[in-house]
Formats: sequence, structure tokens, C-alpha cells
Amino acid sequence: MDLSSINPLLLLASLMVASTPILLAALGELVAERAGVLNLGVEGMMITGAACGIIFSALTGNAWVGFAGAALGGLLLSFLFAVLTQVLLSNQVATGLALTLFGLGLSALLGQSFADARPPAFPKLDMPILSDLPVLGPVLFRHDGMVYVGLLLVVAVWYFLTRTRAGLILRAVGENHEAAHALGYRVVLIRFGAIMFGGACAGLGGAYISLVRVPQWTEGMTAGAGWIALAIVVFAGWKPVRLLLGAYLFGGVTVLQLNLQAAGLAIPVEYLSMSPYVATILVLVILAAGRAPGSLGKTFHASR
Amino acid sequence: MIALERRPQPSRAWSYLSPLLAVIVTMIVGGIVFAALGKPPVEAIRTIFWDPLFGDFASYFRPQLLVKAAPLILIAIGLSFGFRAGIWNIGAEGQYIMGALFGAGFALAFYPSEARWLIFPLMIVVGTLGGLLWAMIPGLLRVHFRTNEILVSLMLVYVADFMLDAMALGLLRNPEGMGFPGSRNLQQYPAAHNAELIANTGMHWGVIAAFFAVVAAYILLSRHVFGFNVRLAGQSPRAAAFAGVSADRMVLICMGLSGGLAGMAGMFEVAGPSGQVLASFNVGYGFTAIIVAFLGRLHPVGILLAGFLMALTYIGGELAQMNLQLPRSAIQLFQGMLLFFLLAVDVMTNFRIRLGRKKVA
Repeated sequence: MDLSSINPLLLLASLMVASTPILLAALGELVAERAGVLNLGVEGMMITGAACGIIFSALTGNAWVGFAGAALGGLLLSFLFAVLTQVLLSNQVATGLALTLFGLGLSALLGQSFADARPPAFPKLDMPILSDLPVLGPVLFRHDGMVYVGLLLVVAVWYFLTRTRAGLILRAVGENHEAAHALGYRVVLIRFGAIMFGGACAGLGGAYISLVRVPQWTEGMTAGAGWIALAIVVFAGWKPVRLLLGAYLFGGVTVLQLNLQAAGLAIPVEYLSMSPYVATILVLVILAAGRAPGSLGKTFHASR
Repeated sequence: MIALERRPQPSRAWSYLSPLLAVIVTMIVGGIVFAALGKPPVEAIRTIFWDPLFGDFASYFRPQLLVKAAPLILIAIGLSFGFRAGIWNIGAEGQYIMGALFGAGFALAFYPSEARWLIFPLMIVVGTLGGLLWAMIPGLLRVHFRTNEILVSLMLVYVADFMLDAMALGLLRNPEGMGFPGSRNLQQYPAAHNAELIANTGMHWGVIAAFFAVVAAYILLSRHVFGFNVRLAGQSPRAAAFAGVSADRMVLICMGLSGGLAGMAGMFEVAGPSGQVLASFNVGYGFTAIIVAFLGRLHPVGILLAGFLMALTYIGGELAQMNLQLPRSAIQLFQGMLLFFLLAVDVMTNFRIRLGRKKVA
């Protein structure tokens, strides 16, 4: 074993990259859950996004188009979820599971002819001055565009939820849909919006895995990232800024275990690979705090 | 305007009709998907649903039906109790793997034993225990730390999956396997082999356990106070609490029951049809069983029928893969679609459609 081969700066830098897909997906789910919708289909939307990302970028040769296509794919899938849970009033837990199973099959079908496709290079940004800073430069300022899109989205969601009237209404719908309905807010419409934002974000997160992290298409490549994203939302107590912390924590565990694998630690690879999942459970047990939105997961029907 | 109006009571007729309708709609939409893939839709549907039962090589496929349906039914019966009570064990796949590892590990620890009367029954117990213990992790964490059992049980699927890899390459690897991954083949270990009871029927001990589970679940649900408490806890948690049903105990019992049955299914599979602890051992029965449970209306008899239907899609899917080069993922999509349509059609059970103008409030 050679621990000195692990460069702490590179570790921190790759932590930001490793956490981006989970961050994006968790952010979308956070908005949906603040609106009172529990969408367990994140994994299915992510993997569909990953497949769509490969397809669109392979067809156009542009990674950004790939990301846009992935967001669209995730959005369409979440639209299905929205129709089922909001219009046809199906159970959200069961529908979310169905979405994941469906998404895994759909993505495998879509992606199978793109197994050999290599996504176009996705350039890292080179910011003047910032990128050349010692220590901070390589850690913070030499990433690709999506890393910063993710960070900007965190700020945007935080601002939207806590500082705008629309955000307040969305939270009201999530806390108590009967009351929000009585006040004249369009509960179903607002939830449709929140669900589809969640779908688009999950799609982006999935595409980040297939276009940047891996980068190629393999079946089931998200390997539970969507479920980890769901766990992080709980861990963050439904707060966007704590979400960032959670995502970095998991990015950190993932990167560290990969580095330990590479360094040839005496523990078999399989046990190291378990660590992100075990860490998720531990974090849920030890740190889970905060209160879930009052109407989370409940079906709304304006019948009373 | 079309509006939905809540039924005073769930419609019995629709609760029977909606699974059938969902299957029909899935066949139609599935046919469209197959056509879009450039395969003849009618032939594809016939290959999946008809040929394994009544086609030219049906005698080969029919036993497979029992082999594939048994684990699905066994797992789904266990899940149905929790799902009724609002306890979501999503990690049956992991419990299935752990059951197989425990059962196979126990048998291999005594290799080469001749005492079938001792080894095989204890394998069932140990395998069941393996799944039960694995399910107790999310159960106990929910009871003591209020963690979400959905997320924990699911995370444990991935952990179990890596555990399977580790065991196939490490502790349980066949010492005479020339370095290939995988354990000794239990099919060549008479004391542990879960063999066919009647040749060429597919009938093994797991199938018998599945039928037994269906009957036991039926009695438990309709004749026993536990079944009543499960239904009560699901439909009205507050009423259940007042009636003295401990929510925490309910979580542990339901998780234990589903985990134990999933573990048992895994043990029967590894000792019989599969034979070996291998990385490719699990094929998603734990997830498909969720579809089976819902398609069967969480009712034992329904689950029995739904289990056979899903087993049919597995076998028919393989057949369509060979004969029509239909991609394997198309079947996965097909199964997901089935659950989707079921949930969509299910709106009719609890609501009725009202045509006419919306009244102005």
C-alpha cells in the first residue's frame, strides 16, 4: 500500500467532480419534496438522463446539447410521474418505484446502440487569475462548466425558496396542501412544476455521470446515485445549503475509497466499494435532522 | 368537464378489473414499442405470453414457470404485509442475496457432509435467518433512530451485491475451481442440493414453500388478528395506535417477515436452479417481486397469479430474445410499464369519473 500516492489537492478537486451528479439530482428532489411530492424515481430519471446525454451528444458532437437532451429526458419521465400522482392520484411511493424500474429498462433500451459511443470532450474552464492561484486554483477553479452550474443552482434554489414569493407558495403547498388550496393556490399545477424541475435536474445529474465521470454508456451505470441523492435530501433537512455539504461528504467518501483502491489498500476492492452506501446509512442514522414538509408524500384531491 | 369523485368505498369490481386492464394496456403499448424496434408486434407478444405455455417447445418451458415464479411469489408474499401496513421494504433483492449467502455458506462449511436430513433443513433455517437479519437492519434503525426504511433497505441491496462479489471471489470460492470465481456447485453436493422433486416439472422445495406461504398468508390476513392489525395499521395508523397495535413492533414483524421469506427464496435458488454463489447470481427477483405484490393487489391469491404472469414474461422474454432478437431491456421496460399502467388504472378503484359541468362554488 502506498498512501503517499494520494495527492490531497487532487482528492479535493475530484471530490467536487464526484459530488456533482448527486448534488444536481438531490437539488431537484429537494424542490419536489418542498412542494410535498416524494418522488422515489430519481434513480430512474438519472439513468434515463445518462442515456439521453450520450445519445444527444453523440448525435450532435456537443456535450452541452447532450446535457440539454438529458434534462429533457428526465423531465419527460417526471411528467409521467406527475400525471400519475397528481392527476390519477396514485400512491407516490409505488409510482416512484415504478418510475425507477421503468427508467432502468428504458435507458438500457435507448442506450444499447450507443455502447461504443465516446462522448465529446467536455473542456475544463480556465479562469484567468483564479485558475492559477496556488492550492485554491486546482481545487476550486479548474473544473468543467457543469460543476459551476450545479453550484449556481444551489444558490438559485436557496434564493428561490427563502427569498421569493413563489418559493413561499411552493413551500406552503408542501407544508399543508389543504390550506394552500383554500387560499386559492393551484396545488396540482405548482407540484407539476416542482416535479418536472426535479426530473430535469436528475437528468442533468445522470448525464454528468455518462458524459464526464465515466465517460461512456453502460447499463445501470448510476449504481444507486439516485437513491443516495434521496438520502442526502433527508440528511440536509430539506435545506439547499446543507445539501451541498451532504453531497461533498458523499463525493469525499467515493473519491477516497477509489483512491484507496488505487493505492492498493489490503482490503478487498468489494468492501471498499460498499463504503459510499454504508456511509449513507451511517449518516442517515447519526446526522438526520430537520423536519420533513408536512404534506410530503400525501395525495391531494380537492374533494372536501 | 371531467372530474374525479371519491367513491364512498373502494370499488370491488374495479380492484379485480384493473390488473387485467393494466395487462391488456401493457400488451398493446408494449406491442407498439416492439413495432418501433422493428419487430413484429403480434408475434412478439405471442412469443412472450403464448409460446412458453402452448408453443412447440412448451414442455421445456413449463417447468421453468414454476422455477421462476416460486421466488417471486415467496418474496412478494412477504412484501405484501409490509406494503399493506405502510412499511416499505424495497431491499428484498439484498435480503435474497444474503439468504443465499447464509444458506450456501452454512452448507459449504460442512462440505462434504452426507447428512442430508440435517444439512438441508438447517440450510433453510439459516438462509431464512440471513434474509431476516439483513432486513432487521433497516427495521431496527427505523424503530430506534427514525431513519427511512426505504433508503436504508435499498442501500443494503448494493452492500449485499458487493458482499456477493466478495464471497464469490473470496471466502466461498471453490478451492478446486482452478481459480475461477464462484463457489462449489451445490447441485453436486447431495446433502445440500435443492433438487427437483419430480423430474422435469420444475417442482422443488422452494415451490412448495411458495404455495405454503400463499396459504399461510391467506389465513393470516383473513382469519388472524395479526392480519387485521396489518390492515388497520395501513388504513388508519391512528386507529391502530388506539387499538394498542405497537407501530414499532409492526415495523419489525413486517420487515422480518419479508426479509425472512426473501432470504428463504434466495437459499432455495442458490441450492437448486442456480447452484452456485456467483456474482451473476441475482437477476432482480427482489425488485420484480414489488411489481408482483402490487399487481396481485397485495392479496395472496392475487400474488400467486401475478407471480406466474411475471415468471411468464421472464421466460417469454428469453424466448423472444432468442427467436426475435428482442433486447433483454425491452422486457425490463415491459415489466416497469405494467406497474405504471396498473397504478394509473387503479384510480378507478377509489374514484369515479364524473362527466358534466363543474359546479360553481
